[in-house]
Amino acid sequence: MIRRTGFFSRHALLVSLVAMLVPIASVSNAQPAPQRAIVVASKPFGESYLLAEMLAQLLERAGRRVDRRPGLGATEVAFRAIRTGAIDVYPEYVGTGLVAILGDTVTPAMRGDSRVAFAHVASRSLTRFGVHWLPPLGFQNGYAIAVRRETATRDRLRTLSDLAASPSRLTAGFTADFIGRGDGWPGLRTAYGITLRDVRPLAPAVKYEALTTGAVDVIDGYATDGLLAKYDLVTLEDDRHVFPPYDAATLVSSRLMREDAGAVAVLASLSGRLSEARMREWNRAIEVERRPIADVARSALTTVGLGDARAGATSATAAQRGDEGFIAFMRSRTADTMRLTGQHLRLVGTALVLAILVAVPLGLWLMRHPRLSEVVLQGLGVVQTIPGLALLAFMIPWLGIGSLPAMIALFAYALLPIARATIAGLRNADPDAASALEAIGATSRQSLLWVRLPLAAPIVLSGIRTAAVLTIGTATLAAFIGGGGLGEPIVTGLGLADMRLVLSGAIPAAVLAVAVDALLAVAERLVAPAHRRGSRAHRG
Amino acid sequence: MDKFSTVTSPATAYRTALSPLPGLSASDVSHHYGSVRALDAVSVDVAPGALLALVGESGSGKTSLLRCFNRMVEPARGVVAIDGTDVRSSDAVTLRRRIGYVPQNDGLLPHWTVLRNVAVVPRLIGMADPEGAAGAALERCGLAVDRFGARFPHELSGGQRQRAAIARALAASQDLLLLDESFSALDAISRHELLEAFSALRATVGFTAILVTHDLGEAARLADTIAVMRAGRIEQCAPIATLLAAPATPYVADLLHRAQASARVLTPA
Repeated sequence: MIRRTGFFSRHALLVSLVAMLVPIASVSNAQPAPQRAIVVASKPFGESYLLAEMLAQLLERAGRRVDRRPGLGATEVAFRAIRTGAIDVYPEYVGTGLVAILGDTVTPAMRGDSRVAFAHVASRSLTRFGVHWLPPLGFQNGYAIAVRRETATRDRLRTLSDLAASPSRLTAGFTADFIGRGDGWPGLRTAYGITLRDVRPLAPAVKYEALTTGAVDVIDGYATDGLLAKYDLVTLEDDRHVFPPYDAATLVSSRLMREDAGAVAVLASLSGRLSEARMREWNRAIEVERRPIADVARSALTTVGLGDARAGATSATAAQRGDEGFIAFMRSRTADTMRLTGQHLRLVGTALVLAILVAVPLGLWLMRHPRLSEVVLQGLGVVQTIPGLALLAFMIPWLGIGSLPAMIALFAYALLPIARATIAGLRNADPDAASALEAIGATSRQSLLWVRLPLAAPIVLSGIRTAAVLTIGTATLAAFIGGGGLGEPIVTGLGLADMRLVLSGAIPAAVLAVAVDALLAVAERLVAPAHRRGSRAHRG
Repeated sequence: MDKFSTVTSPATAYRTALSPLPGLSASDVSHHYGSVRALDAVSVDVAPGALLALVGESGSGKTSLLRCFNRMVEPARGVVAIDGTDVRSSDAVTLRRRIGYVPQNDGLLPHWTVLRNVAVVPRLIGMADPEGAAGAALERCGLAVDRFGARFPHELSGGQRQRAAIARALAASQDLLLLDESFSALDAISRHELLEAFSALRATVGFTAILVTHDLGEAARLADTIAVMRAGRIEQCAPIATLLAAPATPYVADLLHRAQASARVLTPA
């Protein structure tokens, strides 16, 4: 689960600096429009999907139109989106608000009483960012250090103090986030004096498997993870209250607060109705039994007394039964896959065409300004080194969320390979022939059109090919900011630890990349200069 | 190997009779690349219809001087003139279209057929039948159009490519020719044949020319006058006989000596 921020915190300073300097674009179109769809988002993990779906269903029953944007990538993206009004609603946790968003220290009073922590986070978020925290939903989903039952029984582990006193040298697999955060492993080690044989960084999606297969003995989970129940794991009590409280609550944008108080009241009706036990049960239904989120959300609302009289209609989303074969599963998703592939191609195609239109002339221009060329290419190189998710996060203050910022980010990524290939192609394009042509009276424009460009074309196209394959891969990240495409099932699948769902996005994306690559390889042959085509035919 | 045709085309003969060939001159020409001095107050004349060879080691300034004549190099100081008219008085592109230019490695466009390559200047200046003119030029240079016209440059031998390059330089009936190491990259046999053919062509077509070469033997064979260059200056400018009889500087004497020595090795006593 990507609930807590990792590398984003490194960019946080820069991000907030940039955000302060630039007026928020989305404010300009914030005129009262009661008919507009309320954007309900979540972060990319099961519980967040479920809570967002419950909130969305509540709003729909109250007659509001809802635009669902599940799986926004990590706290930084989601919070930035709600701060700038790009989204209206998403579920968050007090501890995350405290540590990752506000960057405040956790006081002993907050540890002792979660209401103190909530009051602090709610008031500070409102004054600093204009984001409203509705009253807590009624359950906490804090860090839960989990071990296998056999380990717990053997070493008599019940609390984290027991773990510190344990004679066994255990191996831990922690998420990178947990290893890096002050309130994660470093805080835990200091407070309890726990010694482990080894701490291995693990991806969130594989940690439960690593634990159950015995690759590691201890992992960091979350209190309401459905997989804790599935694998019969034991969570160790934080008896010294090192972890901050992680009460879940609904966040509401100042925009929605201003425009539709009625909708906010509807959202607030969920406050206080949920509990850890119920959440674990529902998370298990989603993560283990693979029941459709919409169905689980509907029955969950009924359970807590917010049921719909019209309930009973099953969701249109494809059945996600765990016992279904992979081929059958893929077949059941054909329509979705086609739709997402279309979105994906639209994203990539638009970004690529724009990049070609900019990068090829840019390359031509840079050829004549070699000094500038270094600077510009280095600049584009820097863009290339920004992690995809971070670049997408940068876009939110200007462009909000959705496919537009994703497209711009992909465009930025595609510039370097194309511009560089254009320059390389022009440099290799028989400089003798071009200069000889100019020496007998061709203008530089003629030498460009007759010699340099035709001879450079295959290399330029190979740059476009590189950019296309790169962009098809990177475009899967668009789903983290609600941009759609084949990343959607990947993000959802990662969040739910559902590898079939991940593959249902990853396989078409890979096929797409290979197909586009092959297509462009053909195009590369077609634009090969006449003499190369001829000689190739001779050689067979 | 095909020989250059020895038949003088009526058109060329007519043109030569009508307008006499131009003369070339450089006076007090200096040029530098950054802090490197390439030409140091050089003056030289080429009589109408004559061939001047610029001989020297790399970096002696011979290629820079050649390129001043078609404004590929714009000298910092001095005047370069055709028939007494400063080359700067006409637009560089227009100027270059009336001057044939043959670089060391043919400079043919690899993706164009030989005929299209040779037709490029006739096309640029808007001649009525560019391909006809190109075909005639190829034939004059000993390349049959129906055999070679439709080929790509890489399908020709080095010597044939260089013939095509010469045909391209003359296809629009240019009466000025700049040859930049045009024969240097060939193997000995092709080179020998090409030099013979070039001499014959010059005798029939007629043009004023400057040849850059590092090979004194080649210069002696083709040129009326040889300018020995060193460090951006002309050490001596004279016919080969004069150079041999009275070398002006020790450098010229040494250069001649070395050329003779290398020739003697290959000549049976």
